[in-house]
Formats: sequence, structure tokens, C-alpha cells
Amino acid sequence: MEQQQLILASSPHVRDTDSTQKIMLTVVVALLPVWGASIYFFGLDAVRLVLWAAAAAVVAEAIFQRLRGKPSSTHDGSALVTGMLLGLSVPPTLPSWMVVLGAIVAIGLGKQVFGGLGHNPFNPALVGRAFLTTSFAVPMTTWARPFDGISGATPLALGSGVVPYSDLFFGSIAGSLGETSVLAILLAGIFMFYRGVLDFRMPLGFLATTIGLMFVLGHDPLFHIMSGSIMFAAVFMVTCMVTTPVTRRGRVIYGIGVGIIVTVIRLWGNLPEGVTFAILLMNAATPLINRWTRPRIFGQGVTLDA
Amino acid sequence: MKKKTFWGGIHPEYHKQVSSETSIQLLPAPEQLVIPLQQHVGSSAKPMVKKGDTVLAGQRIGEAQGFVSAHVHAPVSGTVVAIEARPHSHGKMVQSIILDNDGEETWTDLESHADPIQLSRDQIKQAVTAAGIVGMGGAGFPTHVKLSPPADAEIDYFILNGSECEPFLTADHRMMVEFAADVALGTRLLAKAIGAKRVIIGIETNKMDAIQSLRKHAGNIDIVPLAVKYPQGGEKQLIKALTGREVPSNGLPYECGVVVQNVGTALAAAHAVRDGLPLTHRVITVTGECVQRPGNFLVPIGTSFQQMIEAAGGTKGTVGKVISGGPMMGTAQITTDVPVIKETSGILVLSQEQCAPTHPLACIKCSRCGDVCPAYLLPMRIERAAILGRWDEAEDYGAMDCIECGCCSYICPSKRYLLHYIRLAKNQIMSAKQTRSS
Ligand code: SF4
Ligand code: SF4
Repeated sequence: MEQQQLILASSPHVRDTDSTQKIMLTVVVALLPVWGASIYFFGLDAVRLVLWAAAAAVVAEAIFQRLRGKPSSTHDGSALVTGMLLGLSVPPTLPSWMVVLGAIVAIGLGKQVFGGLGHNPFNPALVGRAFLTTSFAVPMTTWARPFDGISGATPLALGSGVVPYSDLFFGSIAGSLGETSVLAILLAGIFMFYRGVLDFRMPLGFLATTIGLMFVLGHDPLFHIMSGSIMFAAVFMVTCMVTTPVTRRGRVIYGIGVGIIVTVIRLWGNLPEGVTFAILLMNAATPLINRWTRPRIFGQGVTLDA
Repeated sequence: MKKKTFWGGIHPEYHKQVSSETSIQLLPAPEQLVIPLQQHVGSSAKPMVKKGDTVLAGQRIGEAQGFVSAHVHAPVSGTVVAIEARPHSHGKMVQSIILDNDGEETWTDLESHADPIQLSRDQIKQAVTAAGIVGMGGAGFPTHVKLSPPADAEIDYFILNGSECEPFLTADHRMMVEFAADVALGTRLLAKAIGAKRVIIGIETNKMDAIQSLRKHAGNIDIVPLAVKYPQGGEKQLIKALTGREVPSNGLPYECGVVVQNVGTALAAAHAVRDGLPLTHRVITVTGECVQRPGNFLVPIGTSFQQMIEAAGGTKGTVGKVISGGPMMGTAQITTDVPVIKETSGILVLSQEQCAPTHPLACIKCSRCGDVCPAYLLPMRIERAAILGRWDEAEDYGAMDCIECGCCSYICPSKRYLLHYIRLAKNQIMSAKQTRSS
């Protein structure tokens, strides 16, 4: 045994079995029922767009890492998650090349220019989506009805009271591929929470604020949170770890902030849908929130004659 | 009843069952013992013997230098064959007295007391000082220093730390089960020496047998079950869980009216005050995936790690690390040729697979490190500041309040070396302070 080389390293000498790869894989698994629902409602378009987006994101990640002279990082799974999220947040009628372009922008401008995984201030999938929305405004707002593919308006455009709640809940409505079925999204959210990759503070702060404000301002809160991107964003975007505050109080404030901005944009803004920009704005505010909400350190500010 | 605990922490795999049922086994002293003069925090002891001297078991062979220091005694009778620098479990070479065991076990005269609890506070403190007792949970802080807070400090609580929250280790557990009466006596003696108003023993509920055996000897001692969570036995976390009080940042427990001692220390105090025995032996756990027969052993200080591992049946598989202490806070050893000292709570032998180096990914800001930090820090911030060499920023984020429990590195899904960098920041901040003040 004396001859044997002993490993010298500082404590701790044991590590948890969870890993960043597993976290990303958990999100991918959580996205499967959502994708499944979108295939059910929108058929092959859902397969086409999500596969293209995911493939483009992963390839773009590999190429950009190589260009930056960094080791390959596609195995961490983050690019796959970004691609799937982007693919699921576009309308079913979008041409494939557009979603490919969106994925390249998401990875390139949304993530790699900042240094890759963990360094991006903005949610990459939303950067891609914002790029597509502003560059291709018409295709990005051309909606199709589920099953028959005939073009139709989204419930959000129709206004509350037109589409029954049950359709909103199950998802048989016009909308972005993965965003229509509240049921599938809730399942995904519960799974992610159970696996410890979803901090409930952010979605809860977001949804509670939106519901409260809509109610106070005389709008139908249930209709609002079940239509458009709110539920999808609440589970998959607002919970993005990299681009949200690291403090617990900060995460509550972040969720509330997104809720306020979404409500303002939906009720008074020109955009039909405010979620993308609300989250991007709050991403920008994240460093500030972190600074304001630093937790009290153990033993500081205690009175000695306790 | 809701079990008491603190905020934060982790639930690692405990692996305690491999040795928690094995009774403490007394090991015969080896032929040669290496007794370091430094087995404690503070200044090293000064040798009182020279090469060629014969010594008796229990004889004082190293004299404490200054207040924060501790005496050192011979565990066996025999001859001093050398006084020289030897490898030490802290990772450096330390002046040590090398003792050849004559196998006679001839003891010096010991001063015993039939009714130790009747002794005065000062008499107890003197006996503890004379016996060279130090904190035996791993920190090695001289016990008499902890028993001497400033005169105006009021001590409301004396707490015996029976949580043994480090995975794998079971030495404290076995002591509480097998020597419950002596542990309780030692607790009373130490509590009396400090003049505490209330006495509590906090024990994690994965040691129900220890709770039961101590309850038989409890008397006016409060035995409080604690939730099983690491680092429940961290001094500050234990105090918070049991009293609701927070040790002030940069402060010591007495500042919030509490003194904490470890199980091994209480047992040593009982032996010292009642039987006049100096601290020459201790109970340690030898365990880990690569140990043939994990168990708990009562051994003379100065026995080598190698001899301990052999006593536990030797190794199996490919050894990766030999650790002094537990897997969360222990120190990896470069050789097994280091002696067991007063603060050695266990020897842990991990396999190569268990110690495979991790390849860290970027921080994904998942905040898990912050969610487990029992000091309420944001470890990822301190780590980043340290990587960038921004020591002021690291200090501002509370680096000096880190208790080095390792929860952050343990939990990080990106396998980052958080505590490693936080330690680096602490060292830098300390040395900057020293240069500023000198
Ligand atoms: S920062 Fe220090 S106290 Fe906090 S979890 Fe890490 S090692 Fe423990
Ligand atoms: S646990 Fe690791 S990845 Fe998560 S915030 Fe802390 S350092 Fe970053």
C-alpha cells in the first residue's frame, strides 16, 4: 500500500450524484409530454419544427464552441434544451429554415457570444424567439387550428369568453406548438419540481401576480394564464436557472416582475403577447436584483444578549 | 414532535451501518509509537524528555507552551529513541517523540477522586488541563481554553455534541452507547467547570440506541433528539438548533452564552478528573469501501494509520484516498505512515472510483450551493470572486463566515470546486489582514 499513489485533494471527498447533464436531461424528459401534445394537435409540423430547431441548436453549439477554441459542450444537453424550447414556441406553419435561423441566433447571439453555458444573461430560446418575432412578424403570428390546420385566430386574439376553458386546458386551440396544452405543461412542471430542477418561487410569483393584477383590473385571470405563452413560460422560461436571480428573495421578486410586465403589455401594449419581452427585461434586471437581495449572513446583525 | 435542526445542509449517504453495530475493540499498543508534539490548535508542546530516557505510561513528555497549547503524555512505558520531525495528518512534518514500547505497561501514579463531581470548578479545570485534553471531534482546540471564557461571560448552556453528522464515522456513537455513564459524568464535570445553567446533549435520531443509553444516566441533563442532516454537528448549527441562538459573525460560542464540547472530550474529561488519566488513548472508526472489516477501536495515540488499517483487516480493491476524519471535512493523506493523534476521529479509505476527479462545468446559477449553505452565504459568488482574484469582493460576500462544511461543493451539479476557492479566498484575506496590521 505504501507504493500506491494516494490521491490528494481537499475536502469534501464525496459529491452528490446529480449533475448539470442530468438536470438538462430532466428538462428534455419534461418536454416530451408537451411535444407529444403538440404532435397530437398539430401533426407532423410539430415533429418537423422541433427536430429542426433541436438539430440546428446542437450543431450551432458544436460549431461555435470550436470557433472559440473551446472543448465540445454538446454533451451537457443545454443546447438541446434551447433548441426544443424554441421549436415548441413557434407557430405550426412556420417554414423550417426560419426556425433553423432562429436556433442559430439563439445559440450564437443568445449564448455563445457571452461565453457559452452559464454565462448568458438572457434566455437563449427567448432571444431566438424575439429575433424571429421581430424579423418575421407575419409568419410568427400566423396561426393554424389544431387537427385540420386551417388558419385561425388564437384565443388571446379572440378575447376571453369565446373559447371554453376546457379547450384552453387540454390545448385544442390555435397557438404556438407547445404552448396550447396547459395540461401537458402542468405535468411537465410537476415532474421538474419533483426532480428538484424547478424553483417554485418564480412560477408562483409570476402566476400569482398575473392572476391578482388581471383580477383587480377587471379581466378574466383564468383565461389569461391559460392562453398564449404564460403557462409554457411559467414552467420552462421563468424557471431558467442561468438567467434568473440566485437568491431566494430575488427569485420571488423576479417572478413578480415578469407578472407585472406581462400584464401591462397584454392590457395596454401593442404586442399581442408580452411574455417574451417581459422575461428578457427581467433577465436584464437580474444582476441588480441579486445585488439588492443578498441574504443575511449567519451570525450577522444578531444582538449579543439574545 | 418536530426534530430540532438548522437551516440549510445536505443529506449525503451516511454509510454508518457498516460500523455502527460493531463494539469498540481495544487494540494492543504497537512496538513503536510516534507522538507528535503538536496535536492541537495553538503552539506546539515542548519535549520534556530526551533521546534514551525511559518513560512510564501516563508520564507527561511534552509541556504545553503558553495558554493555547496542550500537554502531551506517553501512552505506554518504554524508551525514547528519537525526537525528530515525522509526517503528520495535517500534511506537514511535525516534531514528534518516538517511543519504543517495552510492553510492560508500567503506569505513573495517578491521582483519582472517588466523588469527582464534588470537586470545585477550578479543580476540574486543572485536571482537564493536566490531562492535555483537546477537542476530539476534529478541530483539536485545547479544552481548557474553551472552559475559560472571560470572567464576565455568562454561560447559559453547556452542549455536548452527540450529532456525529459526518458520514461513515461512528466512534462518538459507540462511545455514547458503550460508555454512557462516563460520557454523562464527563458532561456534568465540563458543565460544572464552565458554570453552565443548563446542560443539553444533542443527538441525531439515527442513533436511537445512544439516546436510550444516555437517558438512563441523564439526571438533570436534557437529551434532545436532532434531525439527521449534515452539518448538524457544526458548532454554530448545533447551537442554533438547540437554543435558537446565533453565534455572532467572527465571534465565539461563549459570546452567545454557550459552550459546546465533543463526546470524546467528555469521556476523556471523566477519565481525567475521576481517575487522573491523561489523554493517551482514543476511540476511532476505521471504515470505508476499501476496508475489509470496518470497526471502532480504542487505540493508543501514536499508532500509525497503517497499523490501524491492518487491524481492520487491511484493504481491498484499489485504494484512492486515505482520509483522516470524515468524507466531508477530513484531510486526505499522502501516506499511511502518520500517527493517530488526539483529534483523529476516524480513518476513511475510499476507492479510486469514489475519488475520481470531477471535470467542472460552468456554473449554471442553479443556486443549490446557496440553498444548502448553513452560513447563509452565496458560495458561487465567493468562488467567482476568488477565481478572478477579487479578494475584497470575496470578503464582502462573507468568505470569512464560511465554516468549510463542504455542502456547496457536495451539491454543485456542475461539480465545481467551490470550497477549494473559498478557502483560497480566506487565506488571502487573512494574510492581507496580517500584512496590514504588521
Ligand atoms: S460556503 Fe462554506 S459554509 Fe457555505 S456551504 Fe460552502 S463550505 Fe459550507
Ligand atoms: S451549485 Fe454549482 S452550478 Fe449551482 S449555483 Fe452553485 S456553483 Fe453554480
